[in-house]
Amino acid sequence: MHSTIDSLLAGSGAHFSRLSARRLLVLGGIGLILVGMIFGDIFAVFVLHQNAARVGAGLGAGAGAAFAGDGASVVAHFQDVGSFLENRGTKIDTHVHMIGFGYLALLLAVLQPWIAFSEITKRNLAWLFLLGAALLPLGVFLIHYVGLAYSPLRAIGWASIIADAGGLCVLLVTAAYLTGVYHHFRGAGLRLSSDSLLDSRATSATRLLVGGLILILVGFAHGAYYAASDLYHHEAQDYTILSKMALGAASRDGVQIDNALTEYAQLQGDRAVKIAAHSHIIEFGLLAMIMAFFQPYVNLSERWRRRWTSTLLAGSVTLPVCVLFELRFGLLAGALADFGGLLVVVALLAMWIGIVRCAGSLDAGPEMTS
Amino acid sequence: MTAARRVLLIGGIALAVVGMCHGTWYAVFAEHQALDRIGASLASAFTRAAEQNPAQVKASLSNYREAKYVYERQVDAHGHWIGLAMLLIVLGIAFDRIGFSEKWQLVLAIALLAGAALFPFSVLVQTLDHGPLPRALSVASSGLMIAAMAAAAWGFALNRPRV
Repeated sequence: MHSTIDSLLAGSGAHFSRLSARRLLVLGGIGLILVGMIFGDIFAVFVLHQNAARVGAGLGAGAGAAFAGDGASVVAHFQDVGSFLENRGTKIDTHVHMIGFGYLALLLAVLQPWIAFSEITKRNLAWLFLLGAALLPLGVFLIHYVGLAYSPLRAIGWASIIADAGGLCVLLVTAAYLTGVYHHFRGAGLRLSSDSLLDSRATSATRLLVGGLILILVGFAHGAYYAASDLYHHEAQDYTILSKMALGAASRDGVQIDNALTEYAQLQGDRAVKIAAHSHIIEFGLLAMIMAFFQPYVNLSERWRRRWTSTLLAGSVTLPVCVLFELRFGLLAGALADFGGLLVVVALLAMWIGIVRCAGSLDAGPEMTS
Repeated sequence: MTAARRVLLIGGIALAVVGMCHGTWYAVFAEHQALDRIGASLASAFTRAAEQNPAQVKASLSNYREAKYVYERQVDAHGHWIGLAMLLIVLGIAFDRIGFSEKWQLVLAIALLAGAALFPFSVLVQTLDHGPLPRALSVASSGLMIAAMAAAAWGFALNRPRV
């Protein structure tokens, strides 16, 4: 088995030499996904629930001010709610964009042999991509803290400017790489030149491919079920409960306001866990499928590759399933979901180390590879 | 490159471009206005409640519901177009591993592309038409996508690994 992988590696080694564009994008892409996932775990444990409680409290205070007939306080409380939502939104955007750019980096790494540019150009573009992919989430994270301080513009702060500059770098590099792909296919007449990396039929790669596809399929089925059974119901409930709350305040009915606040918190919780389960299972499925392509670069024995594959798939199932049960089983399900996330992080880190080892063996020469 | 891979790779890239262009347009020209409308209409509903004006409360909340309905579908269409585009590209790269004939691979690829293009489109159309037709299109396109994905998973499983 090891010799099969080695022969595949020898064929793709030209695209994975020291500081090649593909190597930068693979290691940088997995690194972005890892940082994004760890950030997401920290956010889930230390910020998400506390922030949701503050939003609920702010809404309750706004309804209470309306109940007291204090219109000015209503506006102030809703501004607070807006600030809490901005805090939450920028944290989620940081998490999502970092992981999304990681996926994009890995896809661009796969495309490298079909990009008709010199290796130096591709490498410089890869550095620019990684710079932009780091700057955008950093800028988005800082938006809530920096605000409009020292900004030369009236509506956009420095953090947003940095984030936009990062996004522009990613967009330009992606467009440049796609231009390279276009030139390649124009010259080669839509033929894919050989890339032995994609020929791997190792068990670990096939398991990741099929496992990932099944995860995505389950995520799609869950999404369809959610859309059919809950989506429109949740939207109607959102309106109905807020109506009860506001009309309760208008008629000075404190009990109706309290009941509506409780119902609203339950609705938001139900909605959040279902959407989180749907999006996480699909994203983990996509991650597993993309990682299948890079198994020949994971310089570990096939047995360990299979172990990390199983760990990644187990975590990918555990996290969304436990998130789904968080409302019913509370902290226990939440802790298990975090454990699932940890399994994915550990498996991904192990694969990343395997890829670093692979690049190290290429640097050291063929005798090390064998 | 087989016709099926071409459909998936070129279709996936085209879909990603459509999704990004839609997202950029929405972020620049519509998103901030939509969020302002959602926040302002909700605050207005409670301010009217403080003034004990239930008719205005209902009007403000209706405004909130409509703004949120459109906002969520715009964001969903953007996210699903790009997510499905990435999936098509990944499938396109690996599609030669599917244990079906080239003819069936092409049928599967067309079904995947049709589902991936139509589902977010039908979500977007729901912002213009609240009737049953766009919802029916959503159900049909997502069903097509799920069936095609199940067939692809089956095809990958048929292709035995070389250990």
